[in-house]
Amino acid sequence: MDYAAVVFLEILYMIAFLALTSAGLAVVFGMMRVINLAHGEFVMIGGYVTIFANRAGIDIWFAMLVLAPLVVGAIGLVVERLVIRHLYGRMIDTMLATWGLSLLMVGLVTLIFGNTAVSVTAPIQSYQAGAYQMGGYNLFIIAIAILVMLVLWLILRYTRVGLIARGAMQSADVASALGYNPQKIYMWTFTAGAALSGLAGGVLAPLTGLLPSSGSLYIAKSFITVITGGAAIISGTLASSMIFGTINQIVSFGSTPVIGEIAMLALAIVLLRLMPQGITGRFFKNST
Amino acid sequence: MSFSRRLFIASTSGAAAGIALPFHVFAQGAPIKLGSVLDNSGNLDAYGKPMVLATTMAAEEINAAGGLLGRKIQVVQYDTQSDIALYTKYAQQLARDDKVDVVHGGITSASREAIRQTFRRANILYFYNVLYEGGVCDRNCFVTGTTPAQAVEPIVEISQKQWGKKVYVLAADYNYGQITAKWVAHYVKQRGGSVLQTDFFPLDVADFGSTIAKIQAAAPDSVCAALVGGAHLSFFRQWAASGMNKKIPLYSTTFGVGNEHLALSPAEGDGILIAGNYSQEETTPANKDFLARWGKRFGDTKIVHEIAVSQYQGIKLWAEAVKKAGSLDRDKLMKVLESGIGVDGPAGLVKMDPATHHASLDIKVMEVKGQKLTIKQAFKQRPPSDTAASCNLAKNPNENKQFEVTI
Repeated sequence: MDYAAVVFLEILYMIAFLALTSAGLAVVFGMMRVINLAHGEFVMIGGYVTIFANRAGIDIWFAMLVLAPLVVGAIGLVVERLVIRHLYGRMIDTMLATWGLSLLMVGLVTLIFGNTAVSVTAPIQSYQAGAYQMGGYNLFIIAIAILVMLVLWLILRYTRVGLIARGAMQSADVASALGYNPQKIYMWTFTAGAALSGLAGGVLAPLTGLLPSSGSLYIAKSFITVITGGAAIISGTLASSMIFGTINQIVSFGSTPVIGEIAMLALAIVLLRLMPQGITGRFFKNST
Repeated sequence: MSFSRRLFIASTSGAAAGIALPFHVFAQGAPIKLGSVLDNSGNLDAYGKPMVLATTMAAEEINAAGGLLGRKIQVVQYDTQSDIALYTKYAQQLARDDKVDVVHGGITSASREAIRQTFRRANILYFYNVLYEGGVCDRNCFVTGTTPAQAVEPIVEISQKQWGKKVYVLAADYNYGQITAKWVAHYVKQRGGSVLQTDFFPLDVADFGSTIAKIQAAAPDSVCAALVGGAHLSFFRQWAASGMNKKIPLYSTTFGVGNEHLALSPAEGDGILIAGNYSQEETTPANKDFLARWGKRFGDTKIVHEIAVSQYQGIKLWAEAVKKAGSLDRDKLMKVLESGIGVDGPAGLVKMDPATHHASLDIKVMEVKGQKLTIKQAFKQRPPSDTAASCNLAKNPNENKQFEVTI
């Protein structure tokens, strides 16, 4: 019984992990149709900001929840102004440009912080779940993921900003005709996506050792999550996170984490074969 | 006769060069080239960086003492960036372009196997100065790191006596982890214990949540970790974050070698049991002197770990052999190295075993305490008996393979 609870919590954690790391990518891809191959590096930089701000004596909560999204959001803003805005509507070109950007970021972080694994201790104690000891920090990750998804949904559904963003996403021309500048909307969307990635990197930093090349750990998983999820940002990301997180963990418990990853990738191939437009291309078509 | 200024300069400088060149060659001789391939960056740089410094220090000390055979040592060092493909590339470069006289290098067992044959074919002596899973039987290759019989057996013995017979094994998913896990199982079973389960992890796995829950479900008396690299450091961190470090004791065949005890906080690392050739806490004059010299040359002595010391000792052992042989000739050197030659290093006596080309070493069982490796028990001169059981180069000098334990 306790074991079932532990497995359930680990599944929830993996879903939260996928949803968190994919949220930034989903916003950018879902709203702007821009494939940001530097997404993993945004997450990685969020982690670095947290760890080094903490080392400099800044409170770790402040570092991961405020500083990491702010810094990475600012980087996103600069990237959008300098690179992305010249390439809207040219998907292959943006992919190439952001890929180059990701290599550049890995190089820069290596230059500044060195190519050495850095890490920080989790700020939450463990707790007892029946006969099992569990890392308390995982619960925090689950809570943050729920919060991020909820806030994102509330903004998109109930605020004027959300309405404008969804409008521009459906038809940029009409939004433009109504007096909203699509350029500006895209700029803030990209910045928000980057900030979300930074937040994910910040809160995940205490769980792993971080390297300049760590972005590649996140990018594959977030990509299959977003692409399989389809165009709807929230319901798509949630649906695919749930499917992949559950499969990954159940197979991991039954065998090893390696086979868990393989099962997840195999499932992604099958799903995309059956639903080329993603889950929300077939179901929940009118959701956000 | 007209004697322009330009002609004057050309002729005199030519003459000067003519005098200078042979003078240079006779006085110093061309340097002896010591090749080295190590991961100075990337996932494995916690291992490689101090080894690179140790290489520099050993070469500088030998040069300061007058060099070898009247010649200086020149280190040819390549950074393999934790990328196995670069090992084969740089090994070829060392053998073909640089034409080095000896190679000391390689960290993971995968990297060793990637380059060992290259140097064997090129007739360049190869020293592998890292703890590993044992069994390499190759006359061209000399090993100064520990093998399972030296370091794994005593720690299995002690942990089993102290904690109980049921073990859960976690190991890195490549030849080192695979073979070491077999040896752990072998020694555990020899003592009437059992291995509940063995899980393998690729070097980039950093999420151990499901594993930690599985360990708790299996409820072993102890956990044995043969994990490798920066990503695997997450295991020890997540193990402590779940509070398990207070519940199930842990021992490791690799912990401390990458200075993991410095990356973890004292609360996270305390109590982990390890066995190996070296601890900074060693109070011998040889070690104190070594650390003092390291501090003077590089500043930070905290980063000195076992395989940096092994690399240093390996180079010193080779230098001793060159002195005794009075030559760099491979066959002459090999004969000296197969004569029971040894050197005293910071970690004690390193004595080359002629039959296996592995070294007898002093072994210490250590516990992590306050980010230090405190020595609990010491064994003098343990032989590489695992490799000796199947490898005899005196009898079969052309052997070229790695033996594994069968269970």
